[in-house]
Amino acid sequence: MASDHYSIFSVLREALRGHTGWKPAWRNATPQPDYDVVIIGGGGHGLATAFYLAKMYGITRVAVLEKGWIGGGNVGRNTTIVRSNYLLPGNIPFYELSMKLWEQLEQEINYNAMVSQRGVLNLYHSDAQRDAFARRGNAMRLHGVDAELLDQQAVRKMVPFLDFENGRFPIHGGLLQRRAGTVRHDAVAWGYARAADRLGVDIIQNCEVKGFRFEGGKAVGVETSRGFIGAKKIGMSVAGSSSRVAAMAGLKLPIESHVLQAFVTEAIKPFIDGVVTFGAGHFYISQSDKGGLVFGGDLDGYNSYAQRGNLPVVEDVCEGGMALMPRIGRVRVLRNWGGIMDMSMDGSPIIDHTPIPGLYLNAGWCYGGFKATPAAGVCFAHLIARDAPHETAKAYRLDRFATGHAIDEKGMGPQPNLH
Amino acid sequence: MRIACPYCGERSLDEFIYSGDATVRRPDASAPTASEDYVKYVYERTNPPGMHRELWYHAAGCHAWLVVSRDISTHAISSVELAKDVALANNQAMKESA
Repeated sequence: MASDHYSIFSVLREALRGHTGWKPAWRNATPQPDYDVVIIGGGGHGLATAFYLAKMYGITRVAVLEKGWIGGGNVGRNTTIVRSNYLLPGNIPFYELSMKLWEQLEQEINYNAMVSQRGVLNLYHSDAQRDAFARRGNAMRLHGVDAELLDQQAVRKMVPFLDFENGRFPIHGGLLQRRAGTVRHDAVAWGYARAADRLGVDIIQNCEVKGFRFEGGKAVGVETSRGFIGAKKIGMSVAGSSSRVAAMAGLKLPIESHVLQAFVTEAIKPFIDGVVTFGAGHFYISQSDKGGLVFGGDLDGYNSYAQRGNLPVVEDVCEGGMALMPRIGRVRVLRNWGGIMDMSMDGSPIIDHTPIPGLYLNAGWCYGGFKATPAAGVCFAHLIARDAPHETAKAYRLDRFATGHAIDEKGMGPQPNLH
Repeated sequence: MRIACPYCGERSLDEFIYSGDATVRRPDASAPTASEDYVKYVYERTNPPGMHRELWYHAAGCHAWLVVSRDISTHAISSVELAKDVALANNQAMKESA
């Protein structure tokens, strides 16, 4: 067994020698002149793509270029929820693949990502909403995904402290996915980085892409802050910066960048077991293993590249929380922050070729990118390696808006701030 | 971020509704390229990292439509104009160039 394999034995061995033998989790690679594949963006998706390229498709001459540092973008800014409770046929198989990959992730990458299948409970507050949730649950079960429709009594048993008799939004029940839950987000980035590095992938931090180089209409490399790097194939996986990076290749995407805020409170004793979402507003909450309540709500609603939001949404999120569970009112918020969401025109992602040969796109994740990390990695790696879409990601085409095949879960149309 | 409505003065953001890029124009529906033009008009976005001209509606105020110039990377607002004035100026400019 390799000496850098993490296990109970490596922990014991290091305990006995004063933790002097741990090695850096990944090399600080210097850029080579060229690679088979260059992935732009060292977030969860980019690192997962590099890992699966090496592991499943045998392509190890891969570089991941990150402008900042690993784990500093959305992979470290989300609320750590993973689930596959989708409605539409284009989405369910993909997110269920992701859920299955989460379930085996820690063995796969030999890293403790604290995958915790603590359940996601979506509450309903009216008869109409119950019917809509029953339909969603049925769609999930038809695709082999677990879903249970709970009545009020069953929800009371799980989370007795909710405001069930709220005058305006009484809680009638909920749709529960028990296999869903949370995953330690930073550990996902670090775990994929370490696992990819061990397979020979170069992870290059502080390396900003400044432009593309084309030859005969084909993308042949990227100009970076650390010089030119040649590549047979280039994958863009840059979330909120998708439009910016694509613009360097002369592409205009069906994407707007919006800011989404998240919040964490001071640590308290165990309080909420799973993830609970408010169906009458937009509020979702879980408790981290450190004890802080982690919660969030709607987008701020205007285009933004600033990783911070404004107070009206803070107020709105807190009102949602108070309507759902008044007893959190005296817990103090420790921090709030913002992340830049690549909002697509139908709320669903894009994993596809671009019109430029050699250039591939993984974008439009809206605020659902984290839960998709493993499947996005597999599907983007498949697309790059095989030049054909993965079975579960066939619907995520860039041209679907032109052909009328939008996948609009929420039925909002091309109004990205409403998805 | 607060928006200075020309009628109401500086007001909180939650009085306003955002309605996106103010610079796009509805394409000519009778043009031979109309269907591609409309896909671009409805679905594609410039989404620039810097200055953005955008429509805001003062819903909980005077109901005016505004064109706000805002730096998307910093949220700094450099100007707020009435959308009506912007539209009239555009029409005037189009007439003069025609």
